[in-house]
Amino acid sequence: MPERAMPERELTFAQAVREALAEEMRRDSRVCIFGEDVAEAGTPFKVLSGLVEEFGADRVLDTPISEAGFTGVGVGAAMTGLRPVVDIMFGDFLTLTMDQMVNQAAKAHYMSGGHWNVPMVMRTTLGATRRSAAQHSQSLHAWFSHVPGLKVALPSTPYDAKGLLKTAIRDENPVVFFEDKMMYKLKGHVPADDYTIPLGVADVKRVGEDITLVATSSMVQVALGAADMLAKEGISAEVVDPRTTWPLDEKTIIESAKKTSRVIVIDEGYERYGVTAELAAVIAEGAFYDLDAPVKRMGAMHVPIPFSPPLEDVTVPTEETVAEVARKLCNKS
Amino acid sequence: MNTTTSTSKPAGGRAADNQAEKDRWLRLYRQMTRIRLFEEQVNELYTRALMPGLAHLYSGEEAVAVGICEALHVDDYITSTHRGHGHCLAKGATPDRMFAELLGKEAGYCRGKGGSMHIADPATGNLGANAIVGGSVGIATGAAFAAKRLGNGRVAVCFFGEGALGQGSLYEVMNLAQLWKLPVIYVCENNLYCEYTHFSETTAGTILGRATAFGLEAAKVDGQDVRAVNEVAERLVKRARAGDGPSFLEADTYRYSGHHVGDINREYYRAKQEEQHWRSERDPIKLLADWLHGQGHADAAALEQITAAARSEMEAAVKFAIGSPYPSVDQVEEDVYA
Repeated sequence: MPERAMPERELTFAQAVREALAEEMRRDSRVCIFGEDVAEAGTPFKVLSGLVEEFGADRVLDTPISEAGFTGVGVGAAMTGLRPVVDIMFGDFLTLTMDQMVNQAAKAHYMSGGHWNVPMVMRTTLGATRRSAAQHSQSLHAWFSHVPGLKVALPSTPYDAKGLLKTAIRDENPVVFFEDKMMYKLKGHVPADDYTIPLGVADVKRVGEDITLVATSSMVQVALGAADMLAKEGISAEVVDPRTTWPLDEKTIIESAKKTSRVIVIDEGYERYGVTAELAAVIAEGAFYDLDAPVKRMGAMHVPIPFSPPLEDVTVPTEETVAEVARKLCNKS
Repeated sequence: MNTTTSTSKPAGGRAADNQAEKDRWLRLYRQMTRIRLFEEQVNELYTRALMPGLAHLYSGEEAVAVGICEALHVDDYITSTHRGHGHCLAKGATPDRMFAELLGKEAGYCRGKGGSMHIADPATGNLGANAIVGGSVGIATGAAFAAKRLGNGRVAVCFFGEGALGQGSLYEVMNLAQLWKLPVIYVCENNLYCEYTHFSETTAGTILGRATAFGLEAAKVDGQDVRAVNEVAERLVKRARAGDGPSFLEADTYRYSGHHVGDINREYYRAKQEEQHWRSERDPIKLLADWLHGQGHADAAALEQITAAARSEMEAAVKFAIGSPYPSVDQVEEDVYA
């Protein structure tokens, strides 16, 4: 019989997240979800639709609007036998959870001499350009990447979202999992099988020769778009996605930098003291003598994200601005 | 109105129960004495500059930790505070590993990485002392959530001082605990002072009113009377185990020492006569001793024997800790991640 190629199954980013959660909840009865409007509402983004129907109200729990409180409950539950997935609707609300994440979740294992573990996942969102203004548009993953004891995942495709989330749920440590709100409808290949992606392994999303674009989360699609534009102009861009800011796959990033000798790092967090600064430092320390140009950083402008569309649009990197910076670095502008 | 005020009742009559009751009160006496003598050693270590960091003594408050932990099983959970030595000992920690931790030694409960304010011990259900005021209210509530979800019958006790009443997360988790009927008991140790400020300057309304607002069972107890504390604790633990939900206990007590050992000159926030009054008239160990004498449960010699044994235990524990090695520096990066 002739082999018939199966068409690649496609899911949206939101569906991939939901599938990861459902698979892990079927696999492990200790996994539970709580947060604001996670049950019947399935979150405002409808990412969790159907889960309460399958797993019941004692595993998918709506909470009051009390981010600090239910994050703390997640920490305690994780220490005592459950594997909670805590939902923080907008990444901006992470500010309300900081003591629980930074002083409790991140430190319980170390401070107890390794005796208590906090196998908890905090799912949250990042990303601007949704016309939501300054308190619903921030990308605050750098804050968590800064703190020893936390891990930070930044999936950029539906495939990575499923694989990384399953790994995060199985991890013995607190993992903060950032999803780009603008990416929930993005479609991509997602196998139906039970696959995982290790934390701390970068993915070369596009192979190139002339310049490396190290991009995270929402900026990976921007970098890929810019690479398409550059290709038409004869510039071959490599796109490297670290996928997690901690643990960080320094090796893959440095190797790519050495190969192309020019690097732009692109991340939607504020550029000042942000992820781009850390990645640029890693590259400078690891590949300085192979570089033909200073590493260029591109992040969110140092302003609160404005509401008005023409103002908001200039605050974050775009395909056009990335391509423009790349041309300059390659002396082809 | 679901608030109650408890004072201890005279011990009940049946002869069969009498010995068990007597043993129980003597056990509480022993536990309170151990904590008092532990803290005396801490004070000594600190003033001799053998102990790094800070030392917040629990002396004067022993009846609260002991009366409550007597009502718990070894696998029930507690969360503790920066003033946590008493809770840890009452829940079953051993003084040798505690002193080792206080001195930053590898044999300590946290392998020297936590110190006085972070003693944690899974073997006795101790989720950890916490140096953020109110920082553990979520953890205790989460442990109660897990206990309920896993159906293991455990309860969680969240110890905190009245200073934590200023933290909003306490109200968030009490609300959640009541909505989800979680087996958690919030124990507010009101020792009158938030560091150097009298609680009346920081606390509007009533303390119990903050719990009853959420529908929690709320009680107030004389925190110097270990029998009264234990009686109300037994009741609150029983109802938590039965699935009747969370409760809140205000235990009125007193911190004999300063906020920490270095807080020597305290006249600007409290009078020496006040301290003297609590020490001479309201001391929990003395109050129980008087009662034991009155009941004929123990004479002075028997109690002195308990004290002497506890003193020897603490001296040996200190000796162990002083003689123990520090962790090697290559351990500094261990246990950041599990």
